[in-house]
Amino acid sequence: MPLSSKHLLGMHGVPAEDLNMILDTATTFREVLERPIKKVPTLKGKTIVNLFFENSTRTRISFELAQKRLSADTINFSTSTSSTKKGETFKDTVKNIEAMKVDMIVVRHESAGVPSYLTKISDANIINAGDGRHEHPTQALLDIYSIREKLGKIAGLKVCIVGDIAHSRVALSNIYALKTLGAEVSVCGPATMIPFGMEKLGVKIIHNIDQAIAENDVLNVLRIQLERKAGTTIPSLREYHNYFGVTAERLEKNNKDILILHPGPINRGVELSSEVADGPYQIILDQVTNGVAVRMSVLYLLGTMN
Amino acid sequence: MKIILKDIRLLNPEQDLDKTADLLIEDGVISKIGNLEAADLNNAEVFEYENTVVVPGLFDMHVHLREPGREDEETIKSGSNAAAAGGFTSIACMPNTKPAIDSAEFVNSIIMKSANHLVEVLPVAAITPAREGDGLAPIAELVEAGAIAFSDDEKAVKNASVLRAALEYTNMYGKTVIEHCEDSDLSEGVMNESLVSTMLGLPSKPTISEEIVVMRDIALAEYTGGKLHIAHVSSKRSVELVREAKARGVNITAEVTPHHFSLTDEAVKTFDTNYRVNPPLRGKEDVEAILEGLKDGTIDCIASDHSPRAIEEKDVEFIYAADGMVGLETSLGLALSELVHKSVLDLAKLTELMAINPRKVLGLPVPKIEVGAKAELTVLDPDAVWTVDVKKFKSKSKNSPFDKKLLTGKSVAVINRGKMFTEDGFKDI
Repeated sequence: MPLSSKHLLGMHGVPAEDLNMILDTATTFREVLERPIKKVPTLKGKTIVNLFFENSTRTRISFELAQKRLSADTINFSTSTSSTKKGETFKDTVKNIEAMKVDMIVVRHESAGVPSYLTKISDANIINAGDGRHEHPTQALLDIYSIREKLGKIAGLKVCIVGDIAHSRVALSNIYALKTLGAEVSVCGPATMIPFGMEKLGVKIIHNIDQAIAENDVLNVLRIQLERKAGTTIPSLREYHNYFGVTAERLEKNNKDILILHPGPINRGVELSSEVADGPYQIILDQVTNGVAVRMSVLYLLGTMN
Repeated sequence: MKIILKDIRLLNPEQDLDKTADLLIEDGVISKIGNLEAADLNNAEVFEYENTVVVPGLFDMHVHLREPGREDEETIKSGSNAAAAGGFTSIACMPNTKPAIDSAEFVNSIIMKSANHLVEVLPVAAITPAREGDGLAPIAELVEAGAIAFSDDEKAVKNASVLRAALEYTNMYGKTVIEHCEDSDLSEGVMNESLVSTMLGLPSKPTISEEIVVMRDIALAEYTGGKLHIAHVSSKRSVELVREAKARGVNITAEVTPHHFSLTDEAVKTFDTNYRVNPPLRGKEDVEAILEGLKDGTIDCIASDHSPRAIEEKDVEFIYAADGMVGLETSLGLALSELVHKSVLDLAKLTELMAINPRKVLGLPVPKIEVGAKAELTVLDPDAVWTVDVKKFKSKSKNSPFDKKLLTGKSVAVINRGKMFTEDGFKDI
């Protein structure tokens, strides 16, 4: 059974069967990553372009490694959006790259909707590696894979996403996919970081970190953007840490069985204390390893569809 | 030249006129209504349009022509052609050209350039020099040159004391201040703030960013007694605010665009940048309130906010796309389809919204359908079914989300300034 779409634009509307197929296939690739020779010939002859219009070392490296492990030919195109704004349009850039005959495009862009726009101007398989504050589907998949690996299931689990939900693409993708797989999802953060109408997505809203820790099986703690204009969403990083930061003390007090995820990079002393970032509750580096396996799975399933 | 519109419904609520008769126009003037004799038919060109209606020429009071500055997007001439094709005999053009229309010379030049066209172009001048919000433009001089109203459109006058002065100063000349109500600090976004914007992860403009300026402006109009017109009302609360202000006797009028009564922000889910417009497409309850406001007279006019954009300003990533859609050639079709054919209002009321009230808001005479009057008329076929095709637009820009949409009702002819426009083009009559 192939996936129901030739693109991975987001987690919204993706059926549970597709999610499970991606996760199950990732398990196979996870094993490949433990072998001495970590390479399979699956996508030999396929050309994949990583189009990164926004800085992202980690996601790009993870995708690139996944592509290399699958024996695909990969090209990296990284630029800041400001330079393309001045010169060539996005469409012209894509048309030029496509003229070189590529099979798949992995795209990261600061504007929501760019992956869907790409499907209209290119025939390649499109994989969203993060678009604005919209979606980051492979991050959600690797988060869910990591939870499943540790706790054995998703259905019935209580998962809380903590932090700046309004400016996060990770949050939306996690909410959609977790709900499809039967988890109970909540978000925790200051009111200014919760976007309009969030509760209508069937998500509980919590403004107290102790409550969030006590009520949930998993916390997925988001990075607080240090560059966020001070004073408009939160008074200061210090106040954020004091009232919403996840600390060892809080975990000990409220829930000793909790699992902590973080998509990275971590701001130590802001959303996580160092004790938590290095401590027994977290699976942050497992997420990174699993990220390669999950991306291999997505690339394989989409790349072998036609 | 003589033309005869044969056996046609003549509708002008302003004159309490609604009857069917023959209409004889000689040298651009209505010379006979009914009782045509054999001599009248001599050398006359006769138009027999079935099931059509003659109304006073439609007036679009909110049009962006891009001359000077972006003549690749629209010129005074191409915009006037688009207006004629859309059924309009007169339009008011907004001053956010580059440079802005803030001097008597610019006002003169627009009037001169459009003098020989069927469509009359009436310039709205900037309230403040270069629309920068700092002090008053030479309002008396602009009025003398022919400015029909004042606006810094595309943004509100941020400084309340400048707007206060503008309301007081323009009122000396009986002119209206047209405000684009938007608090820019509250509206750093590209679509309506709603569940849809949350799901799409797009930065958003809440309705409050409009309403807070509507509130302030009403307070200033009430205090000064100046004439205030609210451009492109888009939210439920804005409609209510205008209704409440009118009930208190504030000198206020309001317009709405066809896209704000026919679309909601759900359309943005396609990420099609043609749906990116300012004010943004709002929610269902806002559309319902607008329809109610059109029915009960809270909203005085329908205006297109025709905003031509080049392909390279629209065929880009959503957050970088320019706001706006062209509207001159779909405005009437949308109004007839969405309002008349859906029984929100009747043709007489639509005539008020699209021909009579815009002129009243601007203090202009309404064309009459009577013997001796200059013929400024639009001939409508309210039941004609047609498909929007942007490739056939007279406008230089094609940024319409209504391309391929099936509409019911359009204009078949417009007559003004001794000229007539039909699907065969322009001719002198």
